[in-house]
Amino acid sequence: MKKILVTASALALMAGSAMADPLRVGIAAEPYPPFSSPDSSGQWVGWEIDIIHAVCAAAEVDCEITPTAWDGIIPALVSGRIDVIMASMTITADRLQTIDFSNPYYNTPVVVVAQKDMGMAATPEGLAGHVLGVQVSTIFQDYAQHYFEGETEIRTYQTQDEANQDLASGRIDATLADSLAMDPFLASDAGSCCVSLGPVAMDEAILGRGIGAGVRKGDTATLEAINRGIAAILENGTYDEITSRYFATSIYGG
Amino acid sequence: MRAVLQPHRLGLIGLALALAVWAAVSLRWDWIPRYAALGAEGLWRTAWLLVLSTLIGFALAVPLGLAQAAGPRVLALPARWFCTLIRGTPLLLQIWLIYYGLGSLFPQYPWIRHSDLWPILRQAWPYALLALSLSYAGYEGEVMRGAFKAVPHGQLEAARAYGLSRLAVFRRIWLPQALARVLPTLGGETVLQLKSTPLVATITVIEIYAVASRVRQDTFIIYEPLILLALVYLVFAGLIVLAFRWLERRFARGLG
Amino acid sequence: MLDWLFQVWPGLDASAALLSLSPPGWGGNLLRGAVNSLIIALGAFGLGCMIGTAGALGKLGGGPVTRDLLAVYTTVVRAVPELILILLLYYAGTDLLNQALGALGYRPVQISGLAAGIGVLGVVQGAYATEVLRGAIQAVPRGQIEAARAYGMSAVQVFRRVTVPAMLPLALPGLSNLWLIATKDTALLAIVGFSELTLETRQAASSTRAYFTFFLAAGALYLIMTLVSTRVFAWIEARYRRGQAGARA
Repeated sequence: MKKILVTASALALMAGSAMADPLRVGIAAEPYPPFSSPDSSGQWVGWEIDIIHAVCAAAEVDCEITPTAWDGIIPALVSGRIDVIMASMTITADRLQTIDFSNPYYNTPVVVVAQKDMGMAATPEGLAGHVLGVQVSTIFQDYAQHYFEGETEIRTYQTQDEANQDLASGRIDATLADSLAMDPFLASDAGSCCVSLGPVAMDEAILGRGIGAGVRKGDTATLEAINRGIAAILENGTYDEITSRYFATSIYGG
Repeated sequence: MRAVLQPHRLGLIGLALALAVWAAVSLRWDWIPRYAALGAEGLWRTAWLLVLSTLIGFALAVPLGLAQAAGPRVLALPARWFCTLIRGTPLLLQIWLIYYGLGSLFPQYPWIRHSDLWPILRQAWPYALLALSLSYAGYEGEVMRGAFKAVPHGQLEAARAYGLSRLAVFRRIWLPQALARVLPTLGGETVLQLKSTPLVATITVIEIYAVASRVRQDTFIIYEPLILLALVYLVFAGLIVLAFRWLERRFARGLG
Repeated sequence: MLDWLFQVWPGLDASAALLSLSPPGWGGNLLRGAVNSLIIALGAFGLGCMIGTAGALGKLGGGPVTRDLLAVYTTVVRAVPELILILLLYYAGTDLLNQALGALGYRPVQISGLAAGIGVLGVVQGAYATEVLRGAIQAVPRGQIEAARAYGMSAVQVFRRVTVPAMLPLALPGLSNLWLIATKDTALLAIVGFSELTLETRQAASSTRAYFTFFLAAGALYLIMTLVSTRVFAWIEARYRRGQAGARA
């Protein structure tokens, strides 16, 4: 027993102190293909993971990918568990009150994906009477609550992947999400149930201005490093090279 | 009253009050009115999930315990397996297996979606209730096994000798005696069950924990909703303890 | 040898391939998660026992203020869902620690998910362990302790040589129960995104859409942990009880 105690406390201490200080880049601990998802060897892969590595290399900082629960990712940043968020997070006025953002590094339209043949449309009227699933604490949830709540039943999921599963199982009729992130789902067997209804009406106050890296307010050193890295990979062609491996067209402008 | 009036306790109470005042003044609570209605709804959902799942779970636990304590092997073994299985795996895993596992079957069996049960099956609460009930049944089945075994055999034999039927012995002597024994344990177990209810928020059931999460996400306030939530659960747990004390007293009177 | 199994269960070979330990199978991820879960459970249980010992001694021998504060600690932890405590401690704990370090003039430290998980679950375990150990210590006959005192042993010696050996057999069932809770509570860290067994399972399941395969496999892993540790504790208990007729009561 005593041995267990000693080992455990030694372990806890080691884990606490024996770390160097790389920049901890928080990603959402959930499959979000093609941007970031775990593979069967325990590695995280995807467009955004490649971009993180490229940005860090270009900015000459040491980075450590740190999977974090999406719904706690801003608290994790604010409380210092991570130093940067690069998890397909849209730059919005709401979030800017709590954290700072780098320059955007990609952009994608927001679409409604719905069951086929149910006569729905990507408008408040077109979704009335249906069940819409969204991922918690996303711009999609904000948009849905602002435009659809009341007439449409809104269910919130911890991850987009869970919403997709329930879309496939028929528990929800539609989901509001990132168009590029829905493409792999629509191309899969499970996605054969469903079809994209196209983008919803734009509202920049909610849907924001593209996706950026989040940093703690006042952490200008990190912010500058990330911006420097993004600018560098945009200029030297690394960004386009990585994008061409995952997408047919550029995703920088949306 | 004497216990409260000791000097050190007055000091501690003063400290707690000071802390409460500080929290009330310098932390942010302006979000409460906006979410009060949603909070009440969430509280209600937590309450009925807890009450229904303990009732269903206990109704299952009695036969599970009886089968293990006195049943033939064909019943005792599966009952024991069930309890081991439930008690040996995390509830979160059980909840996800029941919700997402079953959900993954729906596309393969399209007739489910055309059945009359579909409007219920497509909601999340039936799965939450099922998972919570099975979990309570598993833990309490074990508790009931011990309770049934602890009732002195002589009493049951004596009752049989008086010509009472098996069912009457069970209903009038065995079950009440076992119940009287487990009530204090059940109180504690029900508090544990309360502490398990927030897990169903992960399958889109909007109970009080999920409401607090929504506040956190909408307002970016990290700690205040959690602190209030902790207080809510403290009060809830207190109510459960009181309810079981009342039940124990009533039961003791009924037996005596 | 197992051919018949594959024949009666057509999906089994697909499941076996998914669970294979080397990629493209996800078995390796599950095992890594299981190891993480075990490390956290061990750490949390150890930390919990330490907090519990201190707490039990404080409750039994501490001053009135210590006793009241410990009562608040055990009551709050045992009434508030672990999930909320984990969220509060996981974020606030790091924050407070670093603010305290900052106030003392030290650099902030980075706390790994593993250390935070152990710390958080350890605090939860500590509350339950306090009660278990307090009950066990109380059950040690006072005469034994007084006799040891009369022999001239110091308080520390009495605790180490008399109280601990006498109370351990009484505490073991409760501690064994706590250990089982610790292994299962590690699953809650999935909700803060720590890659232990449950989260790894969840990710493997949603990446492959094979929910039953992975959830059942993870269930089996947890069950193995539980059953093995139940055996180990039974063995320890049997060893400790030997020659302790008095402890049987």
